[in-house]
Amino acid sequence: MNNFTYRQVTMVEEAIDEKTGNTAFVAGGTNLLDLMKENIAKPDRLIDINHIHQLAGIVELEEGSIRLGATVTNADTAWHPVIESRLPLVSKAILSGASPQLRNMATNGGNLMQRTRCYNFYDKATPCNKREPGSGCSALYGYSRIHAILGASEHCIATHPSDFCVALAALDAVVEVKGSYGEREIPFEDFHRLPEDKPEIDNTLRPGEIITGIRVPPNSFCKHCSYLKIRDRTSFAFALVSVATAFEMDGETISESKDGIGRRCT
Amino acid sequence: MDIMDHVKETPTRTLAEPMPISFTINRKLYQLRLMPWVTLLDALREYLHLTGTKKGCDLGQCGACTVIVNNKRIKSCLTLAVMRNGAEITTIEGVAEVSDLHPLQQAFIDHDAFQCGYCTPGQICSAIGLLNEAKANTREDVKELMSGNLCRCGANTNIVDAIMSVKDGGDHE
Repeated sequence: MNNFTYRQVTMVEEAIDEKTGNTAFVAGGTNLLDLMKENIAKPDRLIDINHIHQLAGIVELEEGSIRLGATVTNADTAWHPVIESRLPLVSKAILSGASPQLRNMATNGGNLMQRTRCYNFYDKATPCNKREPGSGCSALYGYSRIHAILGASEHCIATHPSDFCVALAALDAVVEVKGSYGEREIPFEDFHRLPEDKPEIDNTLRPGEIITGIRVPPNSFCKHCSYLKIRDRTSFAFALVSVATAFEMDGETISESKDGIGRRCT
Repeated sequence: MDIMDHVKETPTRTLAEPMPISFTINRKLYQLRLMPWVTLLDALREYLHLTGTKKGCDLGQCGACTVIVNNKRIKSCLTLAVMRNGAEITTIEGVAEVSDLHPLQQAFIDHDAFQCGYCTPGQICSAIGLLNEAKANTREDVKELMSGNLCRCGANTNIVDAIMSVKDGGDHE
């Protein structure tokens, strides 16, 4: 790991003010520390956002939406009574990913921000356009069993590894973000971007912005939903392919359906 | 230009300094000063000499470094010690009183749930977390919820037997 300074903040505004230059936010740290140990992420400063109350908690909003705080852990989200009863698809997706210890650490905002697990992205001895723009893609003609089926470009075929995000995409979630200018919302489908010719940029967050929460609009899919994940071993592995699907039934008829598909490029 | 003008301009980033940290480990308060990049695992092993917690992969995959922080099982290799300032931590050294064994420790012996023993502290801390979470009802659940701990010797069947015996016995304080 490179040398860095560390600071805890307690207000969102403080976090945004501190996010200058080569600074990274840390919440669960499960992916960031991993990347720092491999010298892929080399921040000069870490801002710990775990103690910001505005980012905590799971709230049922008046109009029926559910807001998942950015720093709520994946485990607390998946086992939360409101999520289990009203968003079981989210619970199922989260519980199919990582391991119990990691889910006790990893947070909702961090899940969206995690980087790909492409072998070449992690292997600094090989070229990778996402890690080092312009160096080439080693996966394109290499070992690509875990790589993208949809959305790949000639520059990058890495996928976003999240299960949670597949469910959020199916449920038309909205990412709530804040910057020095104020607040804005990003529809989930627009949050992660396809690699095109800039695979080093994973998402549409602007510099200095922070994810404050994820809002899932009201739906009636809680009775008929499923998350199917195919992987090389039965647990604690990233998906080879995954599908989140949810139906609203009117008697024997599907009146509405939603799908999210994993193994898409970012 | 005076040479001192350069000196004034040089510091473009703040240098890290040791940070004061205090946490309770196995019911005892520890206070120390550590650089921000020291992981909780390294703090336990290298600075506090609590070497029961093992370093396996150091990348969050093997579970040998599992400890219980604020009643939750986590991987101590993927968290910084400074991030756990004020926490209550239990390591394998503190799961039972010195003269006794934790029921899971006894069960691991009774069920021959280890060979080399390197993963065992992490397995036991993880199993304590699993029982506290109370989400495992069946043998299949236990297997799934112990997926974060690898045993390269292949004692997994006996590990699950040991955990099941304590779970069904209900004695896991």
